[in-house]
Amino acid sequence: MKQMRIDPRLNAHGKRTSLIGRIGSTPTLLAGTLMLAVLVLLAAFIPFISPYQPSEQNLSAFLQPPSAEHWLGTDQLGRDLFTRLIYAARTDLKIMVLAEIIPFCTGLFLGMVAGYYGKWLDTVITLITDTFIAFPFYLIVIIVAFASGAGERGIYITFILVGWIVFARVTRGLTASFRQQEWVASAQTLGLPGIRIILRHILPNVLPQAIVVLMTDMVGLLVAIVTLGYLGIGITPPTPDWGTMISDGQSFITTAWWLSAVPGFAVVYTGIALSLVGDGLADLWRKK
Amino acid sequence: MELALQVKNVSVHYGGFTALDDISLDLQQHKVLGLVGESGSGKSTLARVIAGLITPDGGEITLDSQPLLKKRSREQRKQIQMIFQNPDASLNPKHSVRQILSEALLFHRIVDRAQVEKRCKELLAKVHIEESSLDRFPHEFSGGQRQRIAIARALSVEPSLLIADEPTSALDVSVQRSVLELFSKLKAELNLTMLFISHDLGVIHEISDTVAVMRQGRLVELNPKDRFFANPETAYSLELLSAVPRMPKPSTSGGLTT
Repeated sequence: MKQMRIDPRLNAHGKRTSLIGRIGSTPTLLAGTLMLAVLVLLAAFIPFISPYQPSEQNLSAFLQPPSAEHWLGTDQLGRDLFTRLIYAARTDLKIMVLAEIIPFCTGLFLGMVAGYYGKWLDTVITLITDTFIAFPFYLIVIIVAFASGAGERGIYITFILVGWIVFARVTRGLTASFRQQEWVASAQTLGLPGIRIILRHILPNVLPQAIVVLMTDMVGLLVAIVTLGYLGIGITPPTPDWGTMISDGQSFITTAWWLSAVPGFAVVYTGIALSLVGDGLADLWRKK
Repeated sequence: MELALQVKNVSVHYGGFTALDDISLDLQQHKVLGLVGESGSGKSTLARVIAGLITPDGGEITLDSQPLLKKRSREQRKQIQMIFQNPDASLNPKHSVRQILSEALLFHRIVDRAQVEKRCKELLAKVHIEESSLDRFPHEFSGGQRQRIAIARALSVEPSLLIADEPTSALDVSVQRSVLELFSKLKAELNLTMLFISHDLGVIHEISDTVAVMRQGRLVELNPKDRFFANPETAYSLELLSAVPRMPKPSTSGGLTT
């Protein structure tokens, strides 16, 4: 029997298009990926791009406006703003990615378990997620960050505690709907154990949507990291971080507004890039 | 004649609603039981209870003189396989045909790793799907082809009972024919014991040895096929039989028959 359906991954010549080709066919994904790539490349190669160190002070050249020597000017201690901005990207992006790993895995797993087994397990997990959702997010973040002490470690602990909820909620709903599908029933009649059905059958089906959620969640996480830094309970100086940079520049907002505006823009830029990637991936997987 | 499946006083309630009301039936080995009834009569619920997907509120199910308890062992589960109505949802969209067919083979160690590919190809040949389809994904197949792959998957664990729950009703008429022919062929070749659910009496007539009629969660008739079609026991069965739309018989053959 001849194949009736047209596979969207095949191009006009019937060849399977490459991953890069598929990214190119989704403009939002392409734009987001390029924006992120620029940032990541800058962060990776900043020691070769900039002659300055992020904490290198030069008190004879403080609060300078942008120039050929200092692309974005200098701050109140004469530190090169561009260099600090990109080193801060290293700090913030690294924490953003690392702080999502554990919550993403636990959230996905708990959501799938709740959606698959239902009954009391579902009741308990839903009760916990609903309770957390009822609290204002930043209230929890600030309390836990305070309790666990400022710095990177506090951020990780905070997000291990609260970050999984959003993933658990999304995957629980998806899993409960897949649970009704006959391919899950077939896996059960074949005698496969529940945990195997969850990991090998349901996981690949919830993963695309979970990754889209991950992208938007990372934006929220980045803003939280920056906010904690701004409030002085996140990354502590002298480690460069966008939040502390914004708060440091605040005193000079009338004379050197770019000190706060530039790191603020960096947060917005990264947020847009991640959202575009998330949207683009959602489009790509929908088309498929 | 040896008994394959015995269902004794099985009931299922959903709140106040009775989905299955004290169902008892026997199915002999290598025979096909056709289960008919209008939608909502409990046919699918009965199928799912027998397959172990729904736990009944009461009653007993025995397979090959082994009682199937609430918690079935993996070995017991794989004895009963099921083909579902909706071919769009019966295959995991993220798994290739190879994964779909080989998973249970490997899990139950039905064949060893070296033999898996060969066995998968044999299974595909049994259901008339090209061997080269192994690395394709479900969305690349038509509904009829997907149903065949689902049949191959069910056969992979060599079940002693195959349940087909309206396996053709979501398919085009032309494809229905070929899937039904496949069932008849498999029945003869593999000596399958089958529970075949359909609301199409023509299909039931073709494939089954015995016919059971369900209505509102109750079993209203259970008789050998010939008796059911010639001389139905209950008024309801008669109603079902007379509700079949028939084409008027052509008075001449038009010279086309040989």
